[in-house]
Amino acid sequence: MTSALTLATAGPSGLAIFWFALIGVLWVGYFLLEGFDFGVGVLYPFLGRDDLDKRMMINAIGPTWDGNEVWLLTAGGATFAAFPLWYATVFSGFYLALFLILVALIARGMAFEFRGKRDSARWRFWWDTAIVVGSFLPALLWGVAFANFLHGVPIAANGTWVGGFFQLVKPYALLGGLTTLSLFTLHGAAFLGLRTTGDLRERSRSIAMKLAIPTLVITFGFFLWTYLDAVHRHHSGLVPPFLPILALLALAAVGWLVRERLEGWAFTATAFTIVGWTATMFLALYPRVLVSSIAPRFDLTIANSASQHYTLMAMTIIALIFTPFVLAYQAWSYWVFRQRIRRPGEEIAPEGVETPSVPASTDG
Amino acid sequence: MTNLLAGISPLVLARWQFGVTTVFHFLFVPLTIGLAFLVAVLQTAFYKTKKPEYDRLARFYGKLFLVNFAIGVVTGIVQEFQFGMAWSHYSTFVGNIFGAPLAIEALLAFFMESTFIGLWIFGRDRLSPRLHLASIWLVSLGTTLSAAFIIAANSWMQHPVGYKIDQATGQAVMTNFWAVMSNSTFISAYLHVLTAALATGATFLLGIAAWHLKKKNDTSAFAKAAAIGVVVLLLSTLATMFMGDNQARLMTQQQPMKMAAAEALYNSENGASFSLLTIGNLSGDPVFQIRVPHALSVMATGQWNGKVAGINELQAADVAKYGPGNYKPMLWVTYWSFRLMIGFGMLMLLLGVLGIWLLWRGKLPTSRRYLTFATWMIGAPFLANSFGWIFTEVGRQPWIVYGLMFTAKGVSPVGTGYFATSLIGFTVLYGVLAIVEISLMFTLARRGTAELIESDDTPDDEQAERPFALIY
Ligand code: HDD
Ligand code: HEM
Ligand code: HEM
Repeated sequence: MTSALTLATAGPSGLAIFWFALIGVLWVGYFLLEGFDFGVGVLYPFLGRDDLDKRMMINAIGPTWDGNEVWLLTAGGATFAAFPLWYATVFSGFYLALFLILVALIARGMAFEFRGKRDSARWRFWWDTAIVVGSFLPALLWGVAFANFLHGVPIAANGTWVGGFFQLVKPYALLGGLTTLSLFTLHGAAFLGLRTTGDLRERSRSIAMKLAIPTLVITFGFFLWTYLDAVHRHHSGLVPPFLPILALLALAAVGWLVRERLEGWAFTATAFTIVGWTATMFLALYPRVLVSSIAPRFDLTIANSASQHYTLMAMTIIALIFTPFVLAYQAWSYWVFRQRIRRPGEEIAPEGVETPSVPASTDG
Repeated sequence: MTNLLAGISPLVLARWQFGVTTVFHFLFVPLTIGLAFLVAVLQTAFYKTKKPEYDRLARFYGKLFLVNFAIGVVTGIVQEFQFGMAWSHYSTFVGNIFGAPLAIEALLAFFMESTFIGLWIFGRDRLSPRLHLASIWLVSLGTTLSAAFIIAANSWMQHPVGYKIDQATGQAVMTNFWAVMSNSTFISAYLHVLTAALATGATFLLGIAAWHLKKKNDTSAFAKAAAIGVVVLLLSTLATMFMGDNQARLMTQQQPMKMAAAEALYNSENGASFSLLTIGNLSGDPVFQIRVPHALSVMATGQWNGKVAGINELQAADVAKYGPGNYKPMLWVTYWSFRLMIGFGMLMLLLGVLGIWLLWRGKLPTSRRYLTFATWMIGAPFLANSFGWIFTEVGRQPWIVYGLMFTAKGVSPVGTGYFATSLIGFTVLYGVLAIVEISLMFTLARRGTAELIESDDTPDDEQAERPFALIY
């Protein structure tokens, strides 16, 4: 029945554009929030000198990482509902890449919950490995995936995939992967600088200062390539130039902000860069959702892959009613856990913020 | 030859992968749903009565709940993307309808679960007892909502409503959201699954309490847990059966082939009997059977002499309606999974009834044989749940969306090698997770409430517990 699927040809409806934007916002939220979770995971072997350090790092993201991941699930569900053809083509086409991401996310999620539940060095070693690999892989692969969306993947008529996994591995996409990896790592360092105390905080700061320049170079290179590529191939897209420029400026300031101990601002800056990067990718895609490397007429676009008006309308109503509640309680949970994580026995944090001091039992 | 392999194998592998990962996900799901509710009840009991036993129980079962919840979450992530990965034609075909509940589930339920579970785990010392209690209730609400939307999506595949086929694109498109959300199949299946989940939680509560009662550990607390477990178990198992009976009747109208396949009934019959078991083959001349007269007719139609259509008649009718083909699901799977679900349900009912009787006589905490039985029964609801789904899903074959799309048409055009890689990958990974989870559950379940008792006795330890500076 579906073998006869054909693409609609009319222009996109306002509602479809709205859902494209909304999915963009969901990815922004995901990268913004889980970005620092990934960063913490990548930095874990470098910053965690002893078991207590490691536990502090996990505890810094402990209450909220699962909620952060739901941004991804919502983006996935929203894409399925609003752009079925996009969902189907991307996830079947990126089959192995997505498989790797899923395995990574599983291993990492289990590790957070299980690591502290048994008192054995070997047990912890394996879960620690899972945390590092499980954070590193998605941080890299999401960038590879998004770069591919934009640079083009081998799809022919009606989203039929005519290539293999290794066609996704190309220099531009790898640079995209490096961009997200370095951005998320820096974001994680800034986050730890903001959320921990003492030695761990100092080490987070120093690593953030070291990472700031390379990250800037990589991100700049990626933006430049994206721009040249778009010009060269007459691609549409609508990126107002100030967006990537502001993102780079914010990134350029990170090292200095960290040095000046303006950690809140440093985190804001990395956050801003991630928002800017993701927004740039979505705007550069518009009005397409997945570029065909074979011919522009095979591009999946907002118009030809969107669901019909009725579905979009029903979902819009539900999203408008419930999203404010979700944002409110998620923000509230960040507020509840706003205190810095303190190493047991350490002096009160310089700001004089009252922090809990006594270590709890290792399993909770 | 290679062509043949390439044509057939991806479908087989994709089906195995979906079956393996979904059954695995659903091992943890019912316990999460049931236990979230029961832990919330225990914590509420402490909040109201201030009896320390309830606090110990809430913490002890809460810890087991979290271990289980973690696996439910990570395996769920796979489910969310699996439709696009392995069933891309299906996804394109149904996205307009099926995607909506999935997206709403994430927005309404997953955010709620995941945020409030974080608040519940880490917020014990930061939130007021009231807010902390509210957190676990919101987690419970989240799990219940999540089940609602996913079952609505699944029920649409069993019994499509509120849609039309778009002529231009060939997609199924939604015409009535309320019809999708008030599908009779959905209401019935949802209540069946929800009550089954509660029964799963109750069996678990009871079974672990029974183990400790037998060892005479913390009997004051575990006697309470066992009593709650028994009462909830009996009520929820009865409700599960009631809803299951209701579902069977709907199924007879909506998917008559599934009902015939449940009994391997070849020829239409009035006043059909129900076989408890069959030895020999299921092709119509068994070596040995135990039969309950009229039971199938009563289950399927609600009437003593109601007519139950047989496989042969239904196959002919389907050929006339949809064209040539084989419309019979795998009969040995449907036949046995249906019986095993009901069989384990009956055992759970027995556990509930005996338990109530012992509770009534005040002997529940001391009847050693019953306590042993209860501990062994922990596995029963998990088996019943799995067989229930296997029956439901296999019985729908060869359709992926009943009457609209064949399973074979839904699969992604992805190579055999990819499917094989991911199938093996997920199976191995899940196998490891299962071993880790079960061993951890055993360790934690055996440890019991001892450490929690100490902290009750000495206020200093209570202090040490309070500022949960580090949880992991
Ligand atoms: C009857 C209930 C039910 C059923 C049939 C399913 N699930 Fe599930 N799922 C839940 C009930 C549930 C839950 C109770 O809400 C879980 C289990 C453990 C948990 O943490 O939440 C969950 C977790 C869970 C998660 C992780 C949520 C998070 O990160 O917090 C996802 C993405 C899915 N599920 C998706 C699915 C999909 C796509 C399914 C279809 C094949 C599916 N589930 C079947
Ligand atoms: C959580 C409980 C569930 C279990 C245990 C389960 C089990 C299964 C099994 C065993 C199969 C393979 C059937 C076969 O190959 O003959 C299958 C197929 C399938 N199920 Fe389910 N299922 C569950 C829930 C769902 C839900 C909630 C959905 C949709 C929302 C769903 C959608 C599908 C699809 C798309 C297939 C396609 C593969 C096929 O039919 O072979 N299932 N399921
Ligand atoms: C006398 C007892 C029972 C009867 C008559 C019964 C009946 C049914 C029927 C007819 C279905 C298939 C519905 C369909 O495909 O449309 C079903 C599915 C299912 N059953 Fe049962 N059931 C019983 C007991 C149980 C018990 C005790 C459990 C678990 C503890 C259970 C768990 C399930 C599950 C998880 C499904 C799959 C989801 C669904 O389609 O609702 N059932 N049951």
